[in-house]
Amino acid sequence: MRRPPGEPRRVAYLYLLPGLALFAAFVLAPLVHAAWLSLFEWDGVTPGRWAGLDNYEALAQEPALRRAFGHSAVLLIFYAGLPVAIGLLLAAAASRARVRGLAAWRTILFLPQVIALAVVAVTWRIVYQPTGWLGDFDLALPAVGLVGTWVVYGLCFVLFMAGVQKIPQSLYDSARVDGAGPLREFFAVTLPALRGEIAVALTLTTIAALRNFDLVYLTTAGGPGDATTVPALEVFQRAFRTGDVGGAAAIGMCLAAVIFALSLGINRVADRAART
Amino acid sequence: MIALRRPAVLLLLLVLLAGCGTPGGDSSDNAENAEKAEKSSRKIDVSKAGDVTLTVWDQEVRGGQRRQIEQLNKAFQERYPNVTIKRVAKSFTDLNTTLKLAVSGDKAPDVVQANQGRPVMGALVKGGLLRPLDAYATAYGWADRYPRVLLDLNRFSTDGATFGAGKLFGISQMGEIVGVFYNRAKVPEPPATFADFERSLAAAKGRGEVPISFGNLDKWPGIHEFQSVQNAYAAPAQVRDFVFAREGASFDTPENREAAGKIAEWAKAGYFTKNFNGVGYDPAWQQFSKGAGPFLIAGTWLLRDLSDAMGDRLGFMLMPPPAAGDPVEALGGESLPFAITEKSANPDVAAAYIDFLTNADAARVLVETGNLPAMPTTAKPQGTAAEEVFQAWRTLGEGDGLVPYLDYATPSFYDDITAAVQRLLAGRQPADDFTQGLQGDYEKFTGSS
Repeated sequence: MRRPPGEPRRVAYLYLLPGLALFAAFVLAPLVHAAWLSLFEWDGVTPGRWAGLDNYEALAQEPALRRAFGHSAVLLIFYAGLPVAIGLLLAAAASRARVRGLAAWRTILFLPQVIALAVVAVTWRIVYQPTGWLGDFDLALPAVGLVGTWVVYGLCFVLFMAGVQKIPQSLYDSARVDGAGPLREFFAVTLPALRGEIAVALTLTTIAALRNFDLVYLTTAGGPGDATTVPALEVFQRAFRTGDVGGAAAIGMCLAAVIFALSLGINRVADRAART
Repeated sequence: MIALRRPAVLLLLLVLLAGCGTPGGDSSDNAENAEKAEKSSRKIDVSKAGDVTLTVWDQEVRGGQRRQIEQLNKAFQERYPNVTIKRVAKSFTDLNTTLKLAVSGDKAPDVVQANQGRPVMGALVKGGLLRPLDAYATAYGWADRYPRVLLDLNRFSTDGATFGAGKLFGISQMGEIVGVFYNRAKVPEPPATFADFERSLAAAKGRGEVPISFGNLDKWPGIHEFQSVQNAYAAPAQVRDFVFAREGASFDTPENREAAGKIAEWAKAGYFTKNFNGVGYDPAWQQFSKGAGPFLIAGTWLLRDLSDAMGDRLGFMLMPPPAAGDPVEALGGESLPFAITEKSANPDVAAAYIDFLTNADAARVLVETGNLPAMPTTAKPQGTAAEEVFQAWRTLGEGDGLVPYLDYATPSFYDDITAAVQRLLAGRQPADDFTQGLQGDYEKFTGSS
């Protein structure tokens, strides 16, 4: 019996198997295990006690945790909003002007992405030292956020530059013939063409913002007071310091759900915009 | 094909779930196991124990700490060639966060440094993962080596519920004191009373100096600052009762309120480094060593670094008591205790090893490598500041003046108090709210009021 070409065959699953096995072992299994642990009251040492959804219920009632998620929302502005805006601005500027040594600029702007976050954190602690911002109850969170902006805007810029370069010059030419100024040109040509890149950039930066742990832990450890606590920091503290593994797993699951919902939302919006 | 996909996903989930059971160890009786362990504990001749490998997890990784443990390990293996010590060195934080997993695993190390207090040692004891050492303590005479409070800090009931009493689960090598380092060039005569100390703070401020160098960005230094002032108001017994969660203990006491009010007043008067909540611990003591001002409240673990930087200008004193001649007290304690795991196959050899790390010879090695031994010793340290530290340790031991760290009190008290001190000192929280809030956090654990 002959199959028409392109017909799905079961053997395809065999090809998927190695990747799937890795994914199952290192992503799915831990995820399911964490979900399972979140249903227990467990200190990490003695036998756990089945708690059902108690951990989740307790979380919903904890003001400190609500504040932590609130801080994450603020960090979203600094990690996702600002870098995308700055990246767009730079890409738009670069698309209009012939920039000498563009490759060099790209490398320099991308550099913060390459440096290990621990190094970034220690360096910024020193940079901020004379200002005292990291110890100020109102300024600490924006200060940590700005470090995030500094780290990820280069990534956005490079993504957008790649997108800009594939926009046909003819589109710009016709916009100019139609009398469009720089602003009009940006909104009519550059921005719509970069939809895909913006969605990718937003997804990556949103995930980075929400799972932020290292930067906060190494710069302020959540302080002053709890002005910069974030959910991932709470996960760490509960799991490894205060012996509340179940609660930590529950926060982790909530965080994963939020991240999943947000990235799904971003991509839905981008897809819909692409179709219209 | 679509029809096949869903069962496949479900199957996958089922397979994954099958690997999950109730998490945690077995629920056998801790007290019974402890009794059994103690009955089988023997002081043995290690050279006749056959070939033994001891796996040891420690955090003696910095300067003089590393030198002493390496020297003592080498000496132990030279004396007993049949014993191999497999050392796993970790930083303090790494050790605390990974120890529970390591000790509850199948290949548990034999000897571990399990930090005092409920978060680490308490959790391990509750899980039945550490071996009680009282039988060894009697056999080796460990009780004679330490003031009582230092042994109490390593004691728990076998169910982990009571801290500060019950079975002994570890012993420590080194002592540590949080006291006041001063710059002799700026403080010719150390103040004798707490009021004198305050006067010299005001005088230093008047001269445009930083009276107390203080960096609290790392959060934990605030505990040391607060407790150094607390000691001028609260008796050691009160703080110990609180830390050990004894009947009727409370944080919301008049003494604590006064202490909180006093330190907040100092912060407001500008007696600390500017923007202290945004300054790191290391930059703060480095500024002190470069002559920023007269005082630094810090632990004896900085002795070596400060001596190197300041030489004979460095002085050390305990926070002066309210009236001259009053008994002195100070925040302090001992280094992380060495404990033996329940799963160790060679507990008797492990006990001999721990004894070797804490006997009189070890004390001499500790002094030679620039450490402060917790045990009594006749060895003399080098440098005037070091002599002052040793003298302070003897005074505190004789006068029973050591006060334990507040963050030992409950599993989450470290996070609670560090955040609260940052708020208090920034003027965000008045003294009353500070003590009441922390009492509330404490009651979440103790369940009583």
